[in-house]
Amino acid sequence: MLDVRVKRRQGDFVINAVFRSEAVGVTALFGRSGAGKTSIINMVAGLVRPDEGHIIVNDRRLFDSTMSVDLPPEKRRVGYIFQDGRLFPHLSVRSNLTYGMGLAPKAERYVDFDQVVHLLGIEHLIDRRPAKLSGGEKQRVAIGRALLTSPSVLLMDEPLASLDVARKAEVLPFIARLSGEFSIPILYVSHSLEEILNLADAMVVLDSGSAVAVGSIEDLMSRRDLQHLTGYTDCGAVISTVVESQHETAGLTHLRFPGGVLKVPRLDAYVGAKVRVRIEARSVAIALVAPEQISVQNILPGTVEEITPGNGSLVDVRLDIGCPLLARITPQALKTLDLRAGQQVFAVIKSVAVSHGVLWRNGPTEAFE
Amino acid sequence: MSPFALTPVEIEALRLSLWVSGWAVAVSLPLGIMAAWVLARLRFPGKSLVDGVIHLPLVLPPVVLGYLLLVLFGRRGVIGALLYKTLGITIAFTWKGAALASAVMAFPLLVRAVRLSLEGVDRGLESAARTLGAGPVRVFFTVTLPLVVPGIIAGAILAFARSLGEFGATITFVSNIRGETQTLPLALYTLTQVPGGEWAAMRLCVIAVVLGMAALVASELLARRFAARMEG
Repeated sequence: MLDVRVKRRQGDFVINAVFRSEAVGVTALFGRSGAGKTSIINMVAGLVRPDEGHIIVNDRRLFDSTMSVDLPPEKRRVGYIFQDGRLFPHLSVRSNLTYGMGLAPKAERYVDFDQVVHLLGIEHLIDRRPAKLSGGEKQRVAIGRALLTSPSVLLMDEPLASLDVARKAEVLPFIARLSGEFSIPILYVSHSLEEILNLADAMVVLDSGSAVAVGSIEDLMSRRDLQHLTGYTDCGAVISTVVESQHETAGLTHLRFPGGVLKVPRLDAYVGAKVRVRIEARSVAIALVAPEQISVQNILPGTVEEITPGNGSLVDVRLDIGCPLLARITPQALKTLDLRAGQQVFAVIKSVAVSHGVLWRNGPTEAFE
Repeated sequence: MSPFALTPVEIEALRLSLWVSGWAVAVSLPLGIMAAWVLARLRFPGKSLVDGVIHLPLVLPPVVLGYLLLVLFGRRGVIGALLYKTLGITIAFTWKGAALASAVMAFPLLVRAVRLSLEGVDRGLESAARTLGAGPVRVFFTVTLPLVVPGIIAGAILAFARSLGEFGATITFVSNIRGETQTLPLALYTLTQVPGGEWAAMRLCVIAVVLGMAALVASELLARRFAARMEG
């Protein structure tokens, strides 16, 4: 559990952020560069002192200006993974990994050296110096080093930002695996929605120092008022699903979500793997009766929640199909169907539109073994 | 006797020089690292004054410094009297005084080298160590200090070489006593003052050159070894 309320003035810039996150999983701090993401994470780590407020992690009060609590960084038991790795150049990989291991109180150690080394796939690097590692390897070692302090929270400051696409793909699965493997909260700073969609369970949207929205990825991604911050030109909904079954001859993968089953073109993932899909509003059609004899695979019953004018002359319809879904239609279509809030409709989604949108993978996949 | 063989006097001077310089560096190293850290990391009122005082030996005539040392550390000097009364230590006119004079003269060189190196240390590594559970003292000894080793080596060698060459402050403070304070430069100076000392002076001169070169080579080798270690 994370409970953060911090205020700090840095020159002309004021950070004034309040957010709570119950999630054991990954909470993303999202915002443009200069939104104050790193400052906030540094405050949680104890590297930057807030002027006032409090920081509570799992019922441990790390900072509280009203109670004069301000634990030094070494007493906070946070595992901090920096954007630039920050491995100690004078120590071997092994010594880097074990640096903080013995410094954690014995009774609170829950991370095993061999387990971490295996999980991160760094067995073969153990006797090297950091200078001899690639960027992706460095970040994996940095993650291991932070984990081995048996932290009560993991802080990640754009751990993938300094890596190229191939290296990102190399490190991402390991991070995705952490939240499941060790049930500790992860605070993940990023300006990349792609990473957040892949990893995060909850999200805090920061804009010039303030937390403007806090909530689940699904809720925040479909909110139109945040669109200028998330930076998508087309709005859409994000749905968390689990791979239910594979249908080879049909060329489909069935994804289970709270409102039923979503059929998408064959997806290379294990049954049971968590997959997040994003469906753009313009690829969702609305029908009053379930269409028959149609190539579209996904016809999902739902309720109209809200109708708002969209970009230009179009209209955005927010549907509830067991989770939020956005549809963008013309005013003519709105008039023809005579849509009202509360009305029962069918959302029509082409399978191809899901895969042509972006498909995100999460959880254990074949990439690990 | 071969003209290249060293006389007992010269051997004595050489040994004394190495001994005095060794002590000068050994004693000033911890202090120098501390001073460098204070100058590199802390901000406090009067910092430029402290900086100035540390660098004074670079700009003052060595004789002036030697005289100041004599005033302070002589048997009747403020510190000298105290040391004699409490610990029974005499500084003036002993090899300890020669080491002190050398240390003071070489101190700014040592501090400068270490400070430069300290300022090059990535503070982010220290922050990282803190988040890994290390307190400030542990961070200093396990991260900061190992990373400034090149600066410490360079500073120590520079200070050692400077100490070997110390003349003005030494002769003023502890005089020129054979076997006690007569280091290499002082012996060389003495030889040039007596007729027929040219050969002996030349031998000492060569020794001084060899020592200086050896110090530079040692410094270079150590620095290379350190760099190789960082490369893995």
